[in-house]
Order: sequence, then structure tokens, then C-alpha cells
Amino acid sequence: MLLEIRDLDVRYARTHAVKSANLDIKEGEIVTVLGANGAGKTSLLRALQGAVKPAGGKIRFAGEDITHMSPADRVRRGMMLVPEGRQIFVSMTVHENLLMGAYLRQDGDWVRDLKEVYERFPNLANRRDMKASTLSGGEQQMLAIGRALVSRPRLVMLDEPSLGLSPLFVNNLFELITQLNRDGITILLVEQNTGMALEVAARGYVLELGSVVLSGTSTDLSQNSALAEAYLGGGHAKTSQTA
Amino acid sequence: MSGYMTGILTVLSINIIMAYAIFLPAAAGQLNLGGAGFQALGAYATAFLSAKYGTPSWATIPAAMLVGGLVGGVLAFPLLRTKGVYLVLATFALAEVIAGAILNTTALGGAMGLSVPDYVGANVPMIAAACVTLFVFYLMATRFGLVMRAAHDDDVVTDLLGANVRAIRVVAFALGGALAGLSGALYALAFSFVDISTFNATISIYVLLYVLLGGTQTAFGPILGATFFTLLPEVLRSVLPQVKAFLAGIFGQTGAIAPPDESWRFIILGLLTVLMMIFRPEGLVTRTFIERLKGALRGQGARRKGAVA
Repeated sequence: MLLEIRDLDVRYARTHAVKSANLDIKEGEIVTVLGANGAGKTSLLRALQGAVKPAGGKIRFAGEDITHMSPADRVRRGMMLVPEGRQIFVSMTVHENLLMGAYLRQDGDWVRDLKEVYERFPNLANRRDMKASTLSGGEQQMLAIGRALVSRPRLVMLDEPSLGLSPLFVNNLFELITQLNRDGITILLVEQNTGMALEVAARGYVLELGSVVLSGTSTDLSQNSALAEAYLGGGHAKTSQTA
Repeated sequence: MSGYMTGILTVLSINIIMAYAIFLPAAAGQLNLGGAGFQALGAYATAFLSAKYGTPSWATIPAAMLVGGLVGGVLAFPLLRTKGVYLVLATFALAEVIAGAILNTTALGGAMGLSVPDYVGANVPMIAAACVTLFVFYLMATRFGLVMRAAHDDDVVTDLLGANVRAIRVVAFALGGALAGLSGALYALAFSFVDISTFNATISIYVLLYVLLGGTQTAFGPILGATFFTLLPEVLRSVLPQVKAFLAGIFGQTGAIAPPDESWRFIILGLLTVLMMIFRPEGLVTRTFIERLKGALRGQGARRKGAVA
């Protein structure tokens, strides 16, 4: 098991954002976490990356207890979060943004990984010295993902990557996610675009008000009519069935 | 060189160093409105050591930097718990506390000030300003400079990528304190007298203006801002009477014209500041501006490869 989450609790001052959640991700899988706004998806990711301290429970990565580790130590072990809303460094160039992804790399191999990112995203290579704020929304998302890849992650956690992207670009994005997975990267995909997410993921978890209320293979989840009605909204489920 | 020119160059050098003292934390996303406080620490450290123990300038200057750097580094921990406008207020209050403490310390001369027996000529501040400028340019081209700018853009994501934003900001703040201490030491040694009323809030505000109007994105900003705003009042000093005489001439007045009031210089300065905020909110020198300049200098298409690689 690459990532094991046991009875994880995340609390803020007044809210109980994640309630004893249990999730597992095997090496090489794509697993999706679905849920409406405020279901606790982002809080879960923040706890996984070490941005908030969990109130209880355990997180294990590759067999090692990382519950109380700093974000830096988690990055060193191969976890990388692509935050919601394409948070890139806007006043820095594309190249400088990618360099930040290699911030903790001690080995010299990051130069090769950086080259690979440029090969994977030729648009970024063409705009290497341009300010990141001048990129289109889709290119900014590619930059955020590229920046994560330069750290050579074992597990990439994507927080609603399709948010605000054009439908055409959403297709490219999910194509890219499948490709990354084929290249050996385990993926935790948090999404509201349930149809697309269940298409690329092998398994999924559904969060509601901080608790895991459903889990199973993508096929089971997309055929679960109760789930479609209650948690995902009928429209989304239909798209996934026709697709 | 005339005494007037030497005086201007000394003040300009001190202001450039002060501008970089404020620039370093600003480049990492922290506004310090307490510059005068750190400058006072350096000036009084130098003045005290020189007056009381006869310490030579080669020792008092590093001592002043050490005092500024240590106070900056230690106080950065509580100060940097605040953000945005609260940090600006906290640093402002800090400068007032430092001024109050010095004013009430008899060993430091209190309201009377301290005479500094030691003296350095204009060449020392000028060389120091050149060294500080080179140092900051170098620093901004390193990994540390890169991560400072990242922390400026987005501290949460910088943390997520594994950089320790807090440590970076403490170091930037301490380095800024050391540079402010240096500028204070040079002030004390160049003018042979320190008086706490010199290191007032106006200084803190002006230096922050140099940096914000010059631009916080590149190391070109502070030197340009400091030079522009140090020389502008001097230029206006000679230009304004001529303008008034010319205008008076148009309206048929002849004979001796009384020179315009001093306050006009500040009105023009204020007007320029407002105009800059409207038209160049990111400062005079931005990264885009430099890229364009490089492009223009190199002719068509020859774009410079990333300098930080």
C-alpha cells in the first residue's frame, strides 16, 4: 500500500472537516475522491501534504508513518500536491516556476526531469522565459502539474484540476492524468467532475460532510443510482454512463 | 569635487543601502515600515563605540551591522507572525520603541545626541553602496533569491513545495536589519553626529517609497528609486526658481522674483508618487520591463535564457 489513511480527523476552530476517514491507495493506481463543496476534500489533501495538523488518526506513506512530518519531508519522500486553482508563481517566469518544483532535489537528475517536463509540455518550453501570469488557464494548469513532476513524485495529488478549464482542455487534462499513471505515477484525484474522474480512476471514495460514505470501483460507483441521485447530481452520472 | 556634490553622493549612497535593507524583506513579501529604527540602531552602535571606547571605523561598521542583523533576526520571529497591514504597523511601532528607548538612555546622549569622534569621507559610503548593490544582485540570482520571490508570490504553495517560508523570511529580515545598520553606521561616521530625531518616521516612509516605487521584483528597483527620489529634490531646488521666474515673466512681472516656497518640492514629490501608483503600481522597474529592454538591446528575437538556471 503506498498511502494508508486511518481514522483521520481534521478539525478547524469550529468545524470538523474530516471525520475518521479511511482511505487506501495502492502503488500505480488512480484513485478519485468525490464530493460536493464543503465535503472535506481539500481539508483531506491539506492534511496529506502537511499544511494542517490532523486532530487524530494516522497517515502512512510507503509503510512509514508521516502523520506529523513537515511538508518538506513529505515532498522528499515523493508526495506532491497540485493545489486547487492553479496556484503558480505569477511574477516568475515559466522556467523559474519549474525550478521551484526541484527546490528539494539533492541529486543532479532533476535537470533531466526538467527536460522531460519540457518535452511533455512543448507549450511550456516555448514560453520558458515568459511571466507565468501571461499563460492561459490551461497552460497554467500544465505549469502547476509540470512543477509537481520536476520533484519526481511517486504520488501526485490533484485538487480539482479541471476547475474552470474549457471542455476541450478538460479532455486533454484527463488524457494527461492517464498518461502520467502509465508512466508509473500513483494519482489521487480530487474532483467535482465526477463523470470524467470515474472514467480515468480505478476506484473512488465519496465524501460527505467529512465522512467517507461510499467507496468502490469506478464501475460500481458510476452505476450506483442512489449515489448519483444523492451525492453527485443526476446530470453528472448520466454523462459518465453514456461516455 | 565640491562639498555640495560630496554631500549629495554620501546621502545617495546611504539611501541606496537603506533601500536595499527594505528591499530584501519586501522581495520575500514583507513590508518593513520601521527602517529608521534599524538605521538608528546602527548609527548609535557606531557612535557609542566610537565616543566611549575610541573604536576605529573598521570595527564599528561591522558591529553596527551585527546589531541591526541580530535585532532584525530575533524580532523577525514575533514580527513575522503578523501579516500585511499588521506587519506594517508592527514594524512602524518597533521603530518608535527603538527611538523612545534611545531618547531615554543617558549613555546614548538622550535628546542631546552623540558626537562621533571618528570620521569617514564620501568614498567609504560610495564603495559600501556599490558592494551592497552587487551583493543584492548576486543574492537575487541564487536559489535563495528564487525562493524569496516565490514566497512573495504565494507563501502557501512555496511551503507545499518543501521550502521553509518562515526561515527564508527571517533571514531576509535579518539581512535587511544588517544593511540598515550599515547605512546607520555610515551616516554616523559621515556626519560625525547622531541625533535620534533624524531617524524619524519620515525616513521609514521615504525608504519604503523608494523601494515600492522603484519596484520590488528586481534588484534594479531600489537603486533607481533611491537615486530618483534623492536627486529629485536637489534638481527641483535649482529648477523651481527658474520656472517661477519664467511664469512671472509671461505675466509681465520684471525685477527680482522671490524664490518659491520650499513646500513646492514636496507637493511635486507627492504628486509624482500618486502618478506612479496609478501608472506603475508594480514599480518603475518590473521584470517585464527588463525583458523588453534586453530584447530591444539584443535586436529582434534574441531572447535571453533564464538567468537563474
